[in-house]
Amino acid sequence: MDITFQDVSYIYQPNSPFEFRALEDISFHIPSGSFVAVIGHTGSGKSTLIQHLNGLVRPTNGEVIVGSHSMKAGEKTKDLKDLREKVGVVFQYPEHQLFEENVEKDIGFGPLNFGVKEEEIKRRTREAIQAVQLPEELLDRSPFDLSGGQMRRVAIAGVLAMSPDVLVLDEPTAGLDPRGQREIMEMFHRLHKEKRLTTVLVTHSMEDALRYADHVIILNHGKKFMEGQPKEVFVNEKELREVQLDVPEVIQFLNKLEQRLGKKVPYHGQTITQLAKELAAVVKGREAHE
Amino acid sequence: MQHFIEFRNVSFRYREDHPWVLKNVSFHIGSNEWLAIIGHNGSGKSTIAKLMNGLLLPQTGEIFVDGMPVNENTIWDVRKTVGMVFQNPDNQFVGTTVRDDVAFGMENHGLPREVMLKRIEESLQAVGMSEYERHEPHRLSGGQKQRVAIASVLAVSPELIILDEATAMLDPRGRREIMETIREVQRKRSLSLITITHDLNEVTQADRVIVMNEGETWMEGVPRDIFAQKDALQDIGLDTPFVTKLAAELSGAGLAMQREPLNHQELLEDLWTLHSKM
Ligand SMILES: Nc1ncnc2c1ncn2[C@@H]1O[C@H](COP(=O)(O)OP(=O)(O)OP(=O)(O)O)[C@@H](O)[C@H]1O
Ligand SMILES: Nc1ncnc2c1ncn2[C@@H]1O[C@H](COP(=O)(O)OP(=O)(O)OP(=O)(O)O)[C@@H](O)[C@H]1O
Ligand SMILES: [Mg+2]
Ligand SMILES: [Mg+2]
Repeated sequence: MDITFQDVSYIYQPNSPFEFRALEDISFHIPSGSFVAVIGHTGSGKSTLIQHLNGLVRPTNGEVIVGSHSMKAGEKTKDLKDLREKVGVVFQYPEHQLFEENVEKDIGFGPLNFGVKEEEIKRRTREAIQAVQLPEELLDRSPFDLSGGQMRRVAIAGVLAMSPDVLVLDEPTAGLDPRGQREIMEMFHRLHKEKRLTTVLVTHSMEDALRYADHVIILNHGKKFMEGQPKEVFVNEKELREVQLDVPEVIQFLNKLEQRLGKKVPYHGQTITQLAKELAAVVKGREAHE
Repeated sequence: MQHFIEFRNVSFRYREDHPWVLKNVSFHIGSNEWLAIIGHNGSGKSTIAKLMNGLLLPQTGEIFVDGMPVNENTIWDVRKTVGMVFQNPDNQFVGTTVRDDVAFGMENHGLPREVMLKRIEESLQAVGMSEYERHEPHRLSGGQKQRVAIASVLAVSPELIILDEATAMLDPRGRREIMETIREVQRKRSLSLITITHDLNEVTQADRVIVMNEGETWMEGVPRDIFAQKDALQDIGLDTPFVTKLAAELSGAGLAMQREPLNHQELLEDLWTLHSKM
């Protein structure tokens, strides 16, 4: 589904002493099938932005269009239920989306709510717990009697079981162990391609943004600071610094290498093995001469 | 070295019909030491943290905090000694404003008003949240909540701080800044620090690391020795930092590394040395 933000502003608790402008005049367009990373410093407005995508909040000004659904200030959104069936959101803190008495019911809650048949719910639940690698013996446990990373996996499984067209992920790997972080990002990426999803990923991992996204949007104090292809955006170490962000670690390292050894090894998406070969050649002084 | 915390043969399970989640765990931490605990999801790390301040009590074994055995009678003294921050601070907030929340922890410690005011200011400053002192803690962004929770613990100035994935929602730079702030405290006064984290780069800076696996301590050592176990760590759901991986690949590409580099600086030094010899 196409996603469009047209001059969107969002104010928390408007007309009160606590009024806070979290988004300001945001416009962008995400074509259906894109994998977009949204990045920005603490409090820059990322979570506020993505909550517009399933109508959890409505813009204070401007318009958000998701597929055929439009959300505007002061107008009730039509077919909200249909929108929520199509847009699955993994929230920043898993505790915010777990509530059923056991893990199995929690994962099946979305599909049940949208009238999916019992057999199909069972099938999807099984598939989802495999995708997030949750041990089966946890299915009848309360979702609150789990470790942090296990809760995260349940929250993700619940969204997968809805089989949405748009996948919205707010820091989905926070709390996962290193292997889980890698495998679950790979799983999202596979799903994204196989099912032609539109994916919006909020992340603090520049590595993940670089590896998986085809488009990056950077927020700074509620405003859009920059957008573009990851490889273009992430070479701008100085500009990113201005908005308190780092470039991916590999690029940081290569920049320092240039300073220390006076040798430039450009980043072009190479694997760590390839990179080591290029580095070794440079260190041995046998790099291809320019 | 004096042991500030000691676990002696501790086993724990949440319910009798549940499996043991900690199995005969023993370790200690010294005053002014920084210990990192890593391990796969569900390996028992947060359970260890909760046992340390008496939120849970073990079925077998003993736990000592600053010489005190942790039990029902000592719990209040233990909690004054141990400051803890969890990944999701929502359940920890008590104040209606950020400022109140930071003040609240100190009230139990009977500090004079001037000291309290000074510490509120300093600790919010330290985590970059001064501008938000009148905000409601529940109405903050994910990362802002974590910053405030850390400020509240810093303000109390306990002898032991446990950060259980307390910076998981911050960007790498934010994380570095917060850890730098805490190290600064550690340079000024005695502070034992336990960080539970999946951030491998952060782990490289700790004095010592405990690796948990399925409720058991799988390995204990300095970061350099831990991260030398590349394949074994992968097998138990963990990984090694970028620099360690790159160094291994460089050895594979014919560059013999002298040691296991732990950060960019060390790897660059090694590369420089090799380069100038070529
Ligand atoms: N309240 C609880 N009731 C029952 N079992 C629990 C409870 N909390 C945790 N467990 C179980 O105890 C085991 C250890 O959990 P713990 O939270 O200590 O893991 P952890 O190492 O902190 O994992 P993570 O990296 O996911 O946070 C897990 O298998 C978990 O399912
Ligand atoms: N419920 C709320 N009421 C009032 N202000 C809020 C509320 N939620 C968030 N804010 C404010 O809006 C701004 C944007 O918050 P948001 O949660 O969108 O940030 P974020 O980019 O997701 O940050 P993080 O990386 O820390 O999660 C922050 O300054 C925050 O304090
Ligand atoms: Mg957020
Ligand atoms: Mg935990």
